[in-house]
Parts: sequence; C-alpha cells; structure tokens
Amino acid sequence: MRVGVLALQGDFREHVAMVASLGVEGIEVRTPDDLASIDALIIPGGESTTIGRLATMFGLIEPIRERAHDGMPILGTCAGMIFLASDAVGHHQPQLGLLDATVERNAFGRQVDSFEADLAVAGLKEPMHAVFIRAPWIEKVGGDVEVLAAVTGTDGREHPVLVRQGRILAAAFHPELTDDNRLHAMLMGLVEENLVEENR
Amino acid sequence: MTDATTHHGTAKVKRGLAELLQGGVILVVVSAEQARIAEEAGACAVMSLERVPADIRAHGGVARMADPAKVEEIIAAVSIPVMAKSRIGHFVEARVLESLGVDYIDESEVLSPVDEHHIDKHSFTVPFVCGAKDLGEALRRVGEGAAMIRTKGEPGTGNVVEAVKHMRKMNAQIAWLTTLGPDEIMNAARDLRAPYDLVKEVASTGALPVVNFAAGGIATPSDAALMMQLGCDGVFVGSGIFKSGDPAERANAIVQATTFHNDPAMIAKVSKNLGEAMVGINIDTLPDTELMQHRGS
Repeated sequence: MRVGVLALQGDFREHVAMVASLGVEGIEVRTPDDLASIDALIIPGGESTTIGRLATMFGLIEPIRERAHDGMPILGTCAGMIFLASDAVGHHQPQLGLLDATVERNAFGRQVDSFEADLAVAGLKEPMHAVFIRAPWIEKVGGDVEVLAAVTGTDGREHPVLVRQGRILAAAFHPELTDDNRLHAMLMGLVEENLVEENR
Repeated sequence: MTDATTHHGTAKVKRGLAELLQGGVILVVVSAEQARIAEEAGACAVMSLERVPADIRAHGGVARMADPAKVEEIIAAVSIPVMAKSRIGHFVEARVLESLGVDYIDESEVLSPVDEHHIDKHSFTVPFVCGAKDLGEALRRVGEGAAMIRTKGEPGTGNVVEAVKHMRKMNAQIAWLTTLGPDEIMNAARDLRAPYDLVKEVASTGALPVVNFAAGGIATPSDAALMMQLGCDGVFVGSGIFKSGDPAERANAIVQATTFHNDPAMIAKVSKNLGEAMVGINIDTLPDTELMQHRGS
C-alpha cells in the first residue's frame, strides 16, 4: 500500500510521518504522474487558497477527481477539508467538490481563538485530542454525509468537524500534529475495502 | 467554544500554525492592495509593515510598528494569516498587535529595538516568530516563547548571502550537537548560551523544536529554492517582491519555486522573463552600524 500526501504547501511531512507510524509508505505528491501510483491520498493542513491555486496551476484537480470517482480514499485535514468540499461561505476559490458540504473558513476566529480540546468521535472508544488552528467548520452537509464529530460553535449551534462521505474523510482539525493516528488508520481501512472491491 | 477542556494559546497551537505554513511563502506588504496581490499569487501569509525593509534602510530614523489602521485594513483584505512586526522588547506594541487580531507577531530586528531584553512571549496568546543567526540565538528565542524561527539574513538588501551563512551555521551546530554524549551537553549549552533543556532536546532529535523559515535578502525564485534546499521550512520575502519590476509575476514564481525547490527545470521555467529583480546591496559596502542582523542577539 502506498499513501500519497499532497505536498504543494502545508504540513505534509507530518502526514508522511503519521502514515509511516502505521508501517505504510507515504509519498509526496506534486504532479499528476505522482497520483497514478498511490492507493489513497491525504490533503494536508495549510492555506487552502495556496493549495487550491497550486493544484489548479499544476493540473491536479481533474486527475484527483478521476481517482476519487474510481474509489480512491481521500483524507483531508483543515485546508484539506476546505479543498475537498463543494463550497466555502463567502469565498470563491478552487475546490474539488468531492465532499457534499459547505464549509465556513476560519469559523472559530483568528489565531488567538485557535484551541485544543478532546473530541468525542462516533465509533471511537476514546476521544480524540483535536488541535483546531484557524479552523473551519461545516455549515451544511448533503444527505450522503455522515457526521462523526461536531462541536458547539461560537454561534451556539452544533457544527460538524469530522465527516465521512463514502471513501472521503474530512476533519477540521489536525490529527497529524498529535500522536493519534486513528484517523490515518481509518483511511487505511478504506483502502483495504477498496482493494477487496476491485478484486471482486 | 469555551469550556474546561478547551485550551487556547498553548505551545501546540502556537507552533502548529507555523507548521501549517511550511512549504509556503510569506510576503511583506504595506497596503491592502499589495496583500490582495500576495494572496492571489499564492502566498500562505502576509507580513504587514509600514514600509518594506529596503525603504526602512533608506529612510533611516526610528522604525516602529505599523499604523494599527493599516494593519486592520490588511486583515480585512485577505483570508490568509496576517503577521505584523513589533520592535524587539516592545511588549506594548506586541499587545496592541495582539488586540488587533494579528495571527503572528514578528519581534523583529528590522525595526529599532527598544530594550536589551526580548519580550516574554510565553505570556501572550498570539504566537511569535523571531530571527536568529545561529542555533544559540534560535534556542534563546524559543526559550522566551517564540513558536517559529527565521534566519535573520540582512534585511532589505536583496542579497541572500547572510541568510545562507545563518542557515549553514545552524545546520552545522545541530549536526555537532547530535554527536555529543550526555556528559557533553552542559558545556554545549554554555558555549551556545542557550537553555540546557532545549540543547538536550535538539541533541536528541537533530532538529529545531520549531519551524525555521528563511528570511533576509531573498529576491529570486532560485534564492527561495536555495534556502529550501539548505533545509528551511519556508520563505519570507520582504523587499524582493514589491521593489521588483512585476510583483505579481515574481511572487507567483517564488511560490512555485518554493514548492518545486528540488526541480531545476521548473525553477528555470518560472524564472523566465520576470523583469528586473530589486537592485540589491553588497553587504561588505554597508558599515557595521547599518547591519540589522546584530540587533537584539
């Protein structure tokens, strides 16, 4: 199994290290050719405008969509979640539209509002220690999207911060900045599922 | 979200933002219009300043924090993180910038220092980046609470020679630390004039505990790629962009060269027809009193 990490900008090295901690080879992806040889893709935290712009410039948007439509699992964290989503409130920026969700960028506020907290996640016994940095939340999800974790926002409403739609996983926080590799393990599980299906 | 289990301004949250900026380019801007050009060109953050370092150098006199109205205008103009510089030791300027909602404060030698002591950065919720010429200086700043380090280089010169020197020195000192036994760490801390615990940590991990960006004199895509290949985690470009012929094109080219820093053909491609780079200054023509890198060590 080879897991690609989109390495245009952001904390891609931390994701490669997470993948390695599960005994899986992580490779940095910068070109459409790099995409061809991977079984799953991680889109890291970073600046979603920078990542989106570079992905457009280097012709990565369509190839990523094609691989996703063929069943390749994808995990996006923070900027990665924004890039995966179909819409961002108040911003026109390149997005993959693979996750049927509208995201609110910098939803919790600016850097002084960034925080860490324990988060209950559906299907996990122990909570995840989640690091939210200038984080987005999800404003609206489509019917196929399963909400795995949510937090109460500054507006007093519940907002999804960890979701799954088919083989797409998206988190508003940064497991790669902690020692918790359970989301990465979940991604590997989706790869196994995809390989079984392809061989059937 | 505020309850007993929620923690703001922790080292993880402060250092984390710097980790998210890795592989990116942070551009110095002096207006909302320049900030928008920077964001459009793919900058991962902007640094708001009253004037770029080259103009600070030319202007002379005391250089201070930017006008809060200008910082607010830049914050309102872009969705990417906004940084701003305070004078070394000027904790009130830093508090003012924090209250404006700045995402990172650069306690910077580009402005005129007000104190031989640096700011106690642990006491702030907003994170700080500081410049360093060598490992000891970097670890003293981390000891004071800096969550990100950058090379000092020689700002406003368009000459990358000093940044290269500072990065090479840091790399050599880190490599040396990893060869030491436990009985040698204390003397190393004494020689580096750095906190013992941090020296011990670097000796065991072989890396700085925080992200380290290149800064001071970067003017071309090749300069950015050079600093990345020397091991920097990202790049600040100060005067190099908006003192050049075509700022948007040059900014875009430096962003691409930073991502593809190991690909000479790509760097060649983005470097074509960029127009005039900033003129630049040879460091050895500057008198010692005009060197910014010796401020606040």
